[in-house]
Amino acid sequence: MSKLAVDDTLDITDVVCPITFVKVKVALEDLEDGQKLGVHLNDGEPIQNVPRSLKDEGHKVLSVDQNDDGTWDLVVEKGGLA
Amino acid sequence: MAVDYKELKKGGFMRQKQKDCFSMRLKSVGGHFTAAQLGTVQQVAEKYGQGYVHLTSRQGIEIPFIKLQDIDAVKAALKAGGVSVGVCGPRVRTITACQGAATCPSGLIDTVKLANEFDKRYGGRELPHKFKFGFTGCHNNCLKAEENDMGIKGGVMPAWSEASCTYCGVCAAVCPTKAITVDKEAKTVKLAADKCVYCGKCIKSCPTDAWTGENGFVISFGGLYGNRIAVGRHFLPIVFDEAKIYEIVDVTLKFFEDHARPSERFANCLDRVGWDKFQKAVEAVL
Repeated sequence: MSKLAVDDTLDITDVVCPITFVKVKVALEDLEDGQKLGVHLNDGEPIQNVPRSLKDEGHKVLSVDQNDDGTWDLVVEKGGLA
Repeated sequence: MAVDYKELKKGGFMRQKQKDCFSMRLKSVGGHFTAAQLGTVQQVAEKYGQGYVHLTSRQGIEIPFIKLQDIDAVKAALKAGGVSVGVCGPRVRTITACQGAATCPSGLIDTVKLANEFDKRYGGRELPHKFKFGFTGCHNNCLKAEENDMGIKGGVMPAWSEASCTYCGVCAAVCPTKAITVDKEAKTVKLAADKCVYCGKCIKSCPTDAWTGENGFVISFGGLYGNRIAVGRHFLPIVFDEAKIYEIVDVTLKFFEDHARPSERFANCLDRVGWDKFQKAVEAVL
């Protein structure tokens, strides 16, 4: 996981697009603006598409790191682009 | 009176196996039809056909079972209702397009507008064999640009600016070809331009707009998806100027006219005459 402290974490490696982003949206709804969500996601479509959707909805990606098994960990700040 | 099938085919009447029946091909540009046009199509299909239409593989509509004796009446009814007939045979065919930048969040070029401009300039132009143009708005390639004799795809050449970059690494993560490397510790970002496929994912994902870019056209040549299957080839850099596209088309169609044998598709012509020769001709106008 990223070195950044997060307020909640979410694993979306068990679903495919577009459910990936749906789950992220639902998880973000439970947070306040400025809080951080850690998202664990697969390589391929999820990592290529989820960050763009986050930007479109006004959330700011703070860091993205790839793990040894090819999965990714992303930290996003709710409403960070508002 | 002898029936001139060749002339009918040119005018969009495709001969059926059933005697004196034709499948009437309608003109389509970029796959757009208005609701009013569809109303006309419905009326004609019910009155002169068998009450159904066939949607073609190139975004067109055909009305099957039009009788030979009704051809003039059908043409008149279509014309009155704002519908034009399509073309077939050795000429520039239906120009296809995805919905593109006008409506699609991924779109980088206005495909439908371009398709209409191409239709105005080149639609129906006589050539040694059929010639197909297709427009797709981005690297997702919903319209399968490389299936076409000339395919045009929206692209964007990314450029990075240090000022607002937070080195979060998202651009490197979303890049489908791993063309971007971010060193978070050293605070460096590198783009391997030769690996870039101009998809723009870095730009669309960057939280601080450190990545920006200029939209342009990525062109492929010599695609075929019929008896022979060949994927259109890319050898040009991304082109940013729309006017330049028309110069490239002019050179391409002239090359096809000058070098193809009758009934020889563009890819087969290029294989025989030499891709390098064609590439030189195109590069001369860049």
